[in-house]
Amino acid sequence: MARKLPSRDVVIIGLGWTGAILANELTDAGLDVVAIERGPWRDTAESFNVGYAPDELRFAVRLDLFLRPAQETLTFRNNLNQTALPIRQFGSFLPGDGVGGAGVHWNGQNWRYHPTDFRLRSHLIERYGASAIGDLTIQDWGVTYDELEPFFDRFEKIAGISGKAGNLKGAIQPGGNPFEGSRSDDYPLPPMQMTYAPTLFAEAARSVGYHPFPTPSANASGAYTNPLGLTMGPCTFCGFCERFGCANYSKASPQVNVLPVLMRKRNFEARTECEVLKINLDGSGKRATGVTYVDTAGQEWEQPGDLVICCAFSLFNVRMLLLSGIGKPYDPSTNEGVVGRNYSYQTNSSVQMFFDNKTFNPFIASGALGQSADDFNGDNFDHTGLGFIGGAGMNCIPTNGRPILTRPVPPGTPNWGSAWKKATKESYNSAFSITSQGSSYTTRGNYIDLDPTYKDRFGRPLMRMTFDFPENDIRMSAFVNDKLATVAKAMGPRQIVANKTGTPYSVVPYQSTHNVGGAIMGADPKTSVLNKYLQSWDVPNVFVMGASAYPQNAGYNPTGTVGALAYWAAHAIRTQYLKNPGPMVQA
Amino acid sequence: MRRALVSAAFAAIGFAAPANAVDQQAFEQVERGRYLTIMGDCVACHTAPGGKPYAGGLTIATPFGNLLSPNITPDVATGIGAFSDDQFVNAVQNGIGSKGQRLYPALPYPYYHKMPRADLLAIRAYLNTLDPVSNAVEPNQLPFPFNIRMSLLFWNLLNFDRTPLVDDPNQSPQWNRGRYIVEGPGHCGACHTPKTWLGGDNTSQALKGGVLQGWFAPDITGQARKGIGDWSEDELVAYLKTGVIARSSASGPMAEVVVNSTSKLSDADLRAVAIYLKSLTPASAPAPAALAASDPHMVAGKAIYKDSCAACHREDGEGIDNLFPRLRGSSVVQQDDPTTLIRVILEGTRAAATSERPTGAAMPSFAWRFSDDQVADLITYIRNGWGNGASSVSASAVKDIRGADRPNPAKTGQAP
Repeated sequence: MARKLPSRDVVIIGLGWTGAILANELTDAGLDVVAIERGPWRDTAESFNVGYAPDELRFAVRLDLFLRPAQETLTFRNNLNQTALPIRQFGSFLPGDGVGGAGVHWNGQNWRYHPTDFRLRSHLIERYGASAIGDLTIQDWGVTYDELEPFFDRFEKIAGISGKAGNLKGAIQPGGNPFEGSRSDDYPLPPMQMTYAPTLFAEAARSVGYHPFPTPSANASGAYTNPLGLTMGPCTFCGFCERFGCANYSKASPQVNVLPVLMRKRNFEARTECEVLKINLDGSGKRATGVTYVDTAGQEWEQPGDLVICCAFSLFNVRMLLLSGIGKPYDPSTNEGVVGRNYSYQTNSSVQMFFDNKTFNPFIASGALGQSADDFNGDNFDHTGLGFIGGAGMNCIPTNGRPILTRPVPPGTPNWGSAWKKATKESYNSAFSITSQGSSYTTRGNYIDLDPTYKDRFGRPLMRMTFDFPENDIRMSAFVNDKLATVAKAMGPRQIVANKTGTPYSVVPYQSTHNVGGAIMGADPKTSVLNKYLQSWDVPNVFVMGASAYPQNAGYNPTGTVGALAYWAAHAIRTQYLKNPGPMVQA
Repeated sequence: MRRALVSAAFAAIGFAAPANAVDQQAFEQVERGRYLTIMGDCVACHTAPGGKPYAGGLTIATPFGNLLSPNITPDVATGIGAFSDDQFVNAVQNGIGSKGQRLYPALPYPYYHKMPRADLLAIRAYLNTLDPVSNAVEPNQLPFPFNIRMSLLFWNLLNFDRTPLVDDPNQSPQWNRGRYIVEGPGHCGACHTPKTWLGGDNTSQALKGGVLQGWFAPDITGQARKGIGDWSEDELVAYLKTGVIARSSASGPMAEVVVNSTSKLSDADLRAVAIYLKSLTPASAPAPAALAASDPHMVAGKAIYKDSCAACHREDGEGIDNLFPRLRGSSVVQQDDPTTLIRVILEGTRAAATSERPTGAAMPSFAWRFSDDQVADLITYIRNGWGNGASSVSASAVKDIRGADRPNPAKTGQAP
């Protein structure tokens, strides 16, 4: 039996980037906020001690900062004809755990999605006609780039992003990304100092007519104090970003960039190691009354609140809505319902190069230190006659030279023994990969629902993921990867190994933790869960942050847009919702 | 309810000669008392970890044994609610308890003796506005013979300077205000003045740095190198206001002082403190010649520094402004007594977090990683690198501070 607690103005589920941002904004507005986080408290001093933060075995191999499947997992199948089975060891994607969430273990590649990404369906119909879309279920977001621009800018300043503007108030800037949307301001920090491999990539990309630029990075290129007064130290290029917490206050994270200010506030409380079981609704089902959670002792608590904001990792936001009965679950057989609809991912390919007479010192690296080119991203190129839509960013971001997992060897090398050792020795310093990070467009059969068979430790159904790469995306990825190979050839390696994405999608090898969609935003409640302010159409005192709101994915890392949407939603709550609680968009 | 009790008390006494001259209705007095209570950082000693503010119970370790701080909320039975004004003033100013017993100078009454009675009564007026907390504390936990309070008579004779503080007409009002804060309510010397063998202030060395509770509170006179002579007034004001400036971060007990006290004082008062401290320029011993870079301890220390310290504090010892303290030219680093430096490396520390500088950057513990010899070499290098100059540090000095609960990693080799 749940014990009932005193009511709060706002109950936040999950204390990662979006939870920290919403809590900070809403406590600034005078509201009393509690954040309930299922994982442990983490901060730089205690959890990412410089003495042991770069422990590859503990953090990268044994995945210390990540969710354990025994706590929550999901079942998976490639298509409707298969029976989904539980993922017992996370592989293809790695959901984070604890305070800071994915903002702790990310690499720090921080992008704005392209203006056309936000009105994808309308844009493609205008340019190519409806036939170009085929049976893909891509949609507009209901919000435009221009509306989000001030909030992109806000997040970049909070997170201390290093980069070079390519389009400042409509004027193309040399050295930046000429394809990006118009920016009101440059990045708060200049680009990071380049290492050799990205420098070589940029020269080669230019030589074949492309437009490389420094990848926007949340690894600080210099000391920086953000608008909240929080200070970052310059990145030391240690090469321990993804899967690790940063010990040097250099990688933007909730811990470095928001939480020290939030935790000082008397109208904020964080409750860690408390797992929310469901959002509670009143008898009408149109209003949330709070949440029920369970602490580590197994005691259930009811935390009432006026406003409930889902800030968990995208997949778990979707499951929370399904478990709470908020919004109609999507049914692929009828193409009706919304929750779980339009799950998508990221379509990645790569080209690996082995050089003679070049030394790259790959251990001098950081998670977002590199060069990128957007010539074949989104709709930056004419798709007429290509047989696909979408695109991919071309990236040269050699994130690390860590000793256990970064051992590039040419294909055909044995997996052990003296031949492997010899190849490792030859290749470690003279090989690197470049990647194409591609869009992932939605189909009727890729979705999330509740599993009919498997349950979690509380007896709740697990989430079921049904996903495979659509043909459109496979063609897109192959096309861009061929372009990437032309850049690779221009660098003059001894050997090129192209790795193209194919079907079936497998949850075993790591690919990306950019799981998006399932609780998507849009302009029509028949095809979206949230309105343009990330407010539930069905239960207007519930908001859902994060990449679960993306109707489909673009060829970028999602965090920058997650941050912008969080500030956008917080602004709407502060300036509109609080004055007149209720639906901010009429259905 | 409380107001009713207070009224009843006044009613009983009548209007003729109230024993208590403090008036809870007197906003100015209460407000001034609140400010002076913050200036005196009373909350720091009179609050137990996790306890209610001002309700006492904090263990105060002295070289003679432990004391517990008393409850100074207005609770009648266990706090100071039954004290008359005279009893309060006598306790704070003269170290005489409400029952006539002599108080241990962990209560720094020699400093408060410099304060006018009106200021002390203002503090009383403010304390009277707190909610009374029932928390009985027996302050005296000292072993024999120190538990005999009569010994304090002798102590006072030697250590209690009852000379009143009179404004120096040759100095500016700011200087005089600064002196009042430093010598009076701020009781800076309680930590920063070295102690005699009896635990009294060694006044000939006033504010030149002292060891207290396992920290070395550095020299804060206007001397260059070891003191704050190289600091500008603006830097001192910003340090006391925010806890973190480009060259240094308040950490250890000073972080608490900044958070609880100095960050809440007016800029004018902080400037007065800066002016006064910078005016103190005792004759200083010449800087020790820096050890040669080729000294084997320097070579070893430099290698450890480069491996484990340079990522934050940078190879040139410049640190990162407002985040990682500067070691080159640092006064904390170059104190004669390296206690604080050893302690910070062994157990780590955390900078003050204030509203202006909320980061609260942390230095991790390295006790598990470095042996006593390695810590000694590292500190010797830091004290003599980049133009710094200070005595070298021995492994046995590190061992003394390391203590039994943090064994030498040569024996364990385990990360926490």
